Amino acid sequence: MLEIKCPYCGKRSQNEFSYGGDATIKRPQLGEEISTEDWDNFVYYRDNPRGKHSELWHHVSGCRQWFKVSRDTATHEIFDTCKMNEDFNV
Amino acid sequence: MQKYSVFSLVKNAFTNHENWEVAWKDPEPKKEYDVIIVGGGGHGLATAYYLAKEHGITNVAILEKGWIGGGNVGRNTTILRSNYMFDSNAHFYEFGMKLWETLSQELNYNVMYSPRGIINLAHSDAQMNAYARRGNSMRLNGIDAILLGRDDLKKMIPFADFSETCRFPIHGGLMQPRGGTARHDAVAWGYARQADSMGVDIIQNCEVTGFDVNNGKIEGVQTSRGNIKTKKVGLCVAGSTTLLADMLNMRLPIEAHVLQACVSEPVKPLLHNVVTFGAGHFYCSQSDKGEMVMGGDLDGYNSYAQRGNMPMIQHVLTGGLAVFPNFSRLKMLRTWGGIMDMSMDGSPIIDKTHIEGLYLNCGWCYGGFKATPSSGFVFAHTIAQDQVHELNSDFNLERFHTGKIIDEKGVGPKPWIG
Repeated sequence: MLEIKCPYCGKRSQNEFSYGGDATIKRPQLGEEISTEDWDNFVYYRDNPRGKHSELWHHVSGCRQWFKVSRDTATHEIFDTCKMNEDFNV
Repeated sequence: MQKYSVFSLVKNAFTNHENWEVAWKDPEPKKEYDVIIVGGGGHGLATAYYLAKEHGITNVAILEKGWIGGGNVGRNTTILRSNYMFDSNAHFYEFGMKLWETLSQELNYNVMYSPRGIINLAHSDAQMNAYARRGNSMRLNGIDAILLGRDDLKKMIPFADFSETCRFPIHGGLMQPRGGTARHDAVAWGYARQADSMGVDIIQNCEVTGFDVNNGKIEGVQTSRGNIKTKKVGLCVAGSTTLLADMLNMRLPIEAHVLQACVSEPVKPLLHNVVTFGAGHFYCSQSDKGEMVMGGDLDGYNSYAQRGNMPMIQHVLTGGLAVFPNFSRLKMLRTWGGIMDMSMDGSPIIDKTHIEGLYLNCGWCYGGFKATPSSGFVFAHTIAQDQVHELNSDFNLERFHTGKIIDEKGVGPKPWIG
């Protein structure tokens, strides 16, 4: 069982959350010249690291806020969590 | 190579089974090979076997970081099927089903192929319509499919919950009679033994730590047991594909996720088919030892850990109990996890790459085991001929740029949802 610290509600069990994937991918800016390759990278390609991974989680059975989690994909250790407009401390 | 038969069994019985030949050797790596396969799992071993058998390429090494068959080929739920709707999948997996049917004879090794039938349960009229459509597509592609009604199923799985007031009443199901199971370890060992007998070197405890690439061509691999030269390298490392691709500066449309499975204590014969619950993600078959072999969803977040978490086991088994309430009395024997190389459209990638002599076999998602023979067959062709086989021509990397993706499930590039 993961224990995830929601930046709004505090530490809760994994059961209250749902996953939102890699937090580092950025949708290309609207109105800018965008190559097809940029779109393909955004939609399909991932770094998929073994180790520290920034990812999105949704406190779906709690405050319903989206936030960011820094977690180790090999040990499942959670280093830090923060709001969407913040950066990790660790 | 010693042939396995009832006569060799009797003969060796007289000497207390102490004089059997080793099934495969434990060679030191040579300085150079024609082809190096990275990954001694089912797909790697099958690829080496077909390279030797179909293409006469026997100067081949399989490099395995741990021991052969210790990854996903030893961790799956052993299900075989070709009940796909899309043509590229249907043709590929059906080709594999035909290989499964004669594999024990071909390998002179009992892989315990058991065509016990796979049944997908339907729990609504809409789902019955969808299954009728899929069944028709399968039959048009020459694959066996039978649409079952509620009364048919009452005879086949009488202990399932057939009450009309339950949350997900059973309306019927789609069955592929030739689908079934096989002994997963035996598949790895059978391929290993035959590949070894034709001259393939199976090198265990040998981790690949880097690649020698010059002017866009592969020239060798660096390993924990020294550098080895080669002109062709095939990657068959499933969940670890990104780790090797990183060494080659290749970014892939893949995420690693952990998938769990579990078995119950052994009980007397009860469940004679493979059954999947259609209103959640739960599937089950009974092993020859009597254990209920069960599986379901991914844990749902990126993971390279070969172990999962209890919430998903609970979620999957809750679905299981909805269809088989009597399973609540079973004790759990074991749970375990394996790393899935989840591709972004749910279909595999078997292709050449932008590096000459580097070939990629990955993206198997949940379904790598059943593809072991067909994957090995077409990957061996791709490596030997330096061009893709007709059967894997759609499983290319290019599809993530052209848009011709094979999204059988249609969930979009979010592997944890599929």
